[in-house]
Amino acid sequence: MSVDKEIEVRFKIFRFNPKIEFAPSWQEYKVKVNRSTTVLDALLKIKEEQDPTLAIRYSCRQAVCGSCGMMINDKQMLACFTRVLELGSDVIKVAPLKNYRIIKDLVTDFNELFQKEKQVKPYIIRHDLEELLSPTGTYKQTEDELLRYIQFADCIECGMCNSACPVSATDPLYLGPMILNRAYRFISDPRDLGFEQRLKVIDSEHGCWRCHFAASCSAVCPKGVDPAKAIQLLRRALVKKAILGISSSKKVELIPMEHIKGKLELPRGWR
Amino acid sequence: MFMPNKLEADVLIIGSGLAGLRAAIEAASVDNSIQVVVLTKVHAMRSHSVAYAGGTAAVLYPEEGDSFDLHAFDTVKGSDYLGDQDAIELMVRIAPQEILRLEHWGMPWSRRPDGRIAQRPFGGHSFDRACFAADKTGLYVMQTLYNTTHKYDNIEIFHEWYVTSLLVEDGEFKGVTAIDMKNGEFYAFEAKAGIIATGGAGRLYSFTTYGHSATADGLAMAYRAGIPLKDMEFIQFHPTGLVPQGILISEAARGEGGYLRNNKGERFMKDYAPQKMELAPRDIVSRAMMKEILEGRGFPGPNGLDYVHLDLTHLAEEVIDEKLTEIKMIAIKFGGIDPTKEPIPVRPVAHYTMGGIHTDVYGRTDIRGLFAAGEAACVSVHGANRLGCNSTMECLVYGYLTGKQAAEYVKEKSKSDPSSELILTEERRIFDGILRGGNGEDPYLIKKELQNTMSKYAYVFRDGEGLSEALKRVRELRQRFGTGRVMDKSREFNQNLINVLEIDMMLDVAEVVLVSAIARTESRGAHYRLDYPKRDDVNWLKHTLAYKTVDGPRLEYIPVRITKWPPAERKY
Repeated sequence: MSVDKEIEVRFKIFRFNPKIEFAPSWQEYKVKVNRSTTVLDALLKIKEEQDPTLAIRYSCRQAVCGSCGMMINDKQMLACFTRVLELGSDVIKVAPLKNYRIIKDLVTDFNELFQKEKQVKPYIIRHDLEELLSPTGTYKQTEDELLRYIQFADCIECGMCNSACPVSATDPLYLGPMILNRAYRFISDPRDLGFEQRLKVIDSEHGCWRCHFAASCSAVCPKGVDPAKAIQLLRRALVKKAILGISSSKKVELIPMEHIKGKLELPRGWR
Repeated sequence: MFMPNKLEADVLIIGSGLAGLRAAIEAASVDNSIQVVVLTKVHAMRSHSVAYAGGTAAVLYPEEGDSFDLHAFDTVKGSDYLGDQDAIELMVRIAPQEILRLEHWGMPWSRRPDGRIAQRPFGGHSFDRACFAADKTGLYVMQTLYNTTHKYDNIEIFHEWYVTSLLVEDGEFKGVTAIDMKNGEFYAFEAKAGIIATGGAGRLYSFTTYGHSATADGLAMAYRAGIPLKDMEFIQFHPTGLVPQGILISEAARGEGGYLRNNKGERFMKDYAPQKMELAPRDIVSRAMMKEILEGRGFPGPNGLDYVHLDLTHLAEEVIDEKLTEIKMIAIKFGGIDPTKEPIPVRPVAHYTMGGIHTDVYGRTDIRGLFAAGEAACVSVHGANRLGCNSTMECLVYGYLTGKQAAEYVKEKSKSDPSSELILTEERRIFDGILRGGNGEDPYLIKKELQNTMSKYAYVFRDGEGLSEALKRVRELRQRFGTGRVMDKSREFNQNLINVLEIDMMLDVAEVVLVSAIARTESRGAHYRLDYPKRDDVNWLKHTLAYKTVDGPRLEYIPVRITKWPPAERKY
């Protein structure tokens, strides 16, 4: 590996603390980057070497935690998953994700989104409650069954799809692609029996029918999830139920495993 | 008079990775009247547990030859006989139940053709017992747990709350102090029981697989509250960190048949572990790689990050495309390398903290009402070296164990308030002492120097002289750090303040690592002393405990608990 050449680039960064400032401003920084420097690396270099007041949300730096979604040259991108030089521009414009309230600088407020997500009951719903907590075996699942939902489980909740969605931009009550995708991930899992329980929320005016199918959600997804497809499949499931009067009645086989039994005695309190 | 903001919970969990979320679910399911709170400095689903690729170990198919004893023995041997065998036996027995619970809660485990859970080989395990979900196991496990927390109305998650200290009085846990990062408000969060699940100390190093959030906060807080840190000299260096970023190339790459080659193209592991080759335990592979590099058989890398090759080019493209998708993505995107055509540059990388908060076999600390679980804890189940896929198993098992015990404990416990003096002292330390006042040099420079010092002197190969030099430097850094200097004076999302508090914690923990490492004059597992290259069971078959004093860490030792497997030579 040859020693990488460093090139100086200009960053134009959105700055705003809505609690104490009337309006946002743009601040410019110069930073040296090489072939492997990501936008996140560059932002952290700015923060640590030039301006510690800059607020950025970040953690894993390998495109799996979903923290650093932001507008980079006006497009929704993960800062850690974007190399500076691949952008091919002399000035790199960085701003917080659209469609979210700004907390400070590049940091947006996800709490509303996280609260909304609970409405679709984003977990496996089953009736064998005892088995769920004290398993006696494994539910059978074939590779084919897994393939039906696994794509939709790749979502890292970076929230960029909601930021790109034209409907989310105008209807604050719309569930949005991230949450509808999550709902479909469970509905399409053969182990889940919660379709009916999620109907009211999904089949509402702010549910899956609100989507215009702009598909910008799928275009910006950094993990190749296709929320637009999930929404279409949700609609198909709803139509099928309306016409045929049935929802999928799923049956999953439990394969018992003998060796896991055994009671555990735990100490109570402190010695 | 100062009146702090107060909030209350029954069970308070610090950290939202595997161990923290698993504990939350368990505590909440014991009784729906128990209020469970998770405080996390990130958004809960973004904890670095998401990054693990490889898998989680458990005995699923005894009828095919695996057994609890075999799993336990592999773990004991992997630990270089420093793991406590009673704890290891307990853990491997619970592990399969945890795999099945996750399965029932929606985990997309990869499957066998017959629809049962598939397993694959992993380093140091003598049976293929790594349960996995393609090579994104961590993302899916985290998602499964995070999603499942939504089922419980008695779990409340506080995203982006930074815990600054533990409230401990009279040997009893009474809560924590924390900052709501969104608005900078300071809170006393009172609770009857607490579980520390804040992960490891990997950011003490510059070349590391850990996310930026792994700054050892929970370890430092416990240490400051009087709980000893155990076995901190044992830091695992994973063999395959991508040069130059340090991003992990999962052991799955070698599990699926990848080779390590030096600059002569040789599979050099034949000289170090002829049986297990690339799938020998991590400490052995990392030392072999560094020996190759130091003896001139590596490749020159940027900033001194010399490397060897991880070669996947002989694997069928389907294997890479279907089973190693994340690795392929990382190699292409971050390394600019197509692993089907070119080898990947790799080098040993700080990956795991075997040591941690001293607990007993059930995860209880010395403080009544306070538990620790996962990487933050040191039970010890990993001893001097952890096997791949055993850490996530520990997180699940000890999340379960501590969650359950904490819930049972609070049912019989009446609340006792922390004194406002304790809370006020912490409030003053942070807001008057650091935010409004504050002195010292640029904290980010201090952090960089700390990381470089640890990387240079407390890496794969160590010696007394280097470690002592490192300790001298870290103590100088502590002086230069002062109280911590904060440039951002605002309240809202003041990351600068949080970073300063983190670096403060890192300095404490680094000192413990070095003092513990200097004292241990033997080589065992991940702690390899060039000046003491042999394991010494006569003098060192014991755990280090480091207690905080004004003069630095005071060391004590406790024996290793041995049940079935007396120490033997470790060969692979």
